[in-house]
Amino acid sequence: MSEPRTLTADSRPVVAAKARLRWDARSSRHLLLYPERGLILNPTAADVIQLCTGAHTVADIVDRLAAKYAPQPRETVEREVLTFLVNMADRGLIREHDD
Amino acid sequence: MTEEPRPYTLVAELTYRCPLRCVYCSNPRDFARHGDALGTDDWLRVFREAEALGVVQLNLTGGEPLLRDDLEPLVEGARTLDLYTNLITSGVPLTRERLARLKAAGLDNVQVSIQDVTAAGSERIAGHRSFERKLEVARWVKALGLPLTVNVVLHRENLDHVAEVIALAESLAADRLELANTQYLGWALANRRMLLPTREQLDAARDVAREARRRLRGRMEVLFVTPDYYTDLPKACMDGWGRRFLVVTPDGLVLPCHAAHTLPGLSFDNARERPLAEIWQHSAGFQAFRGEAWMPEPCRSCERRTLDFGGCRCQAYHLTGDATATDPACSLAPAHALIEAARAQAQAPSTEVIYRTARAADGV
Repeated sequence: MSEPRTLTADSRPVVAAKARLRWDARSSRHLLLYPERGLILNPTAADVIQLCTGAHTVADIVDRLAAKYAPQPRETVEREVLTFLVNMADRGLIREHDD
Repeated sequence: MTEEPRPYTLVAELTYRCPLRCVYCSNPRDFARHGDALGTDDWLRVFREAEALGVVQLNLTGGEPLLRDDLEPLVEGARTLDLYTNLITSGVPLTRERLARLKAAGLDNVQVSIQDVTAAGSERIAGHRSFERKLEVARWVKALGLPLTVNVVLHRENLDHVAEVIALAESLAADRLELANTQYLGWALANRRMLLPTREQLDAARDVAREARRRLRGRMEVLFVTPDYYTDLPKACMDGWGRRFLVVTPDGLVLPCHAAHTLPGLSFDNARERPLAEIWQHSAGFQAFRGEAWMPEPCRSCERRTLDFGGCRCQAYHLTGDATATDPACSLAPAHALIEAARAQAQAPSTEVIYRTARAADGV
């Protein structure tokens, strides 16, 4: 099994099998649901999770987010995205895509 | 999150029937008097109404939910509503073919209960030979690509095996391991002298679980639920009465927790007779312990009242006879001596077992 805490720019994260994203009309937020729990995602976090399909590298995800949230510096976006992804990986909610 | 009560989770107790007879079963002692009155269409309507109220999590439980032959359409209906659907099962009546059908219907997670790490230890608790079967079912869950939760209820006879439990869950490639200490209500309260561990057992098991959580981070979620008999603080039971959870019983009662109908003097509505939204907002039983107006001292002026919501109403009633009493688990509770006396008894345990049976319900 891959070690999720070694996420790098080349990693291709994918939402874990136990987690599922859904829109919550009441809070106008995306929820990331997993057994007996759920996280209410802010719009940026939801953007990141929606890109965790295994098709995009972390670098891709950062590029897209940096473009969307310009003029935020890319380094700032990268730091925030990585922090979030490592946190999600520690909770077992994303993992590295198996080749 | 806002403070407005919103049910996030519907616990659908599809039937109280079960092939197991576990000594800590959370079903009410008079389970045999509650038939499966809700049909497929009733349950599908309950799911729709629950989702409209804000529910996003659905626990299909029992008893043994697989004993309902309409589980597939129920899962399909839940998936149509985009509910995260968790099947909570003994695994015993399952076939691999049926599991594949449930997956195709949109099931999100399977939670299999395991009683202990040996067949003999499991049989003693469940009153049924089921250990090997459960392991087989857990392997099917993973083989079919479904996420697996292994749930183990902890007590004095298996707490010393927590390291082996963790190794077993790892060998099954479980995504999540719930190590949940027994809650001493219902059948578990009747068997408390057999089940309540010593503090030393508990502390050792918690250390093992903590180390495993660190080691397995990102691979297997390891939860350890401490028994409130040893915390000196009450638990935030159900995240507060009528705040986050809806429970519907096999006969259609809508409850704030799975034991609320064991409290005298509360009236609860039936999902067949009243829309869920009305019940959630107005049912006398739901209103009874919402907010803080019902609280006695020392809860009412306690700074933790917004954290633990006054603890467990069912525990207060079943230990003191008064559902509005401060939860005896709290060291500030007037009745805390009851908890201390139970702890003292753990030094001289009983090995006598009362299994969950219709007949035993009248005797205990």
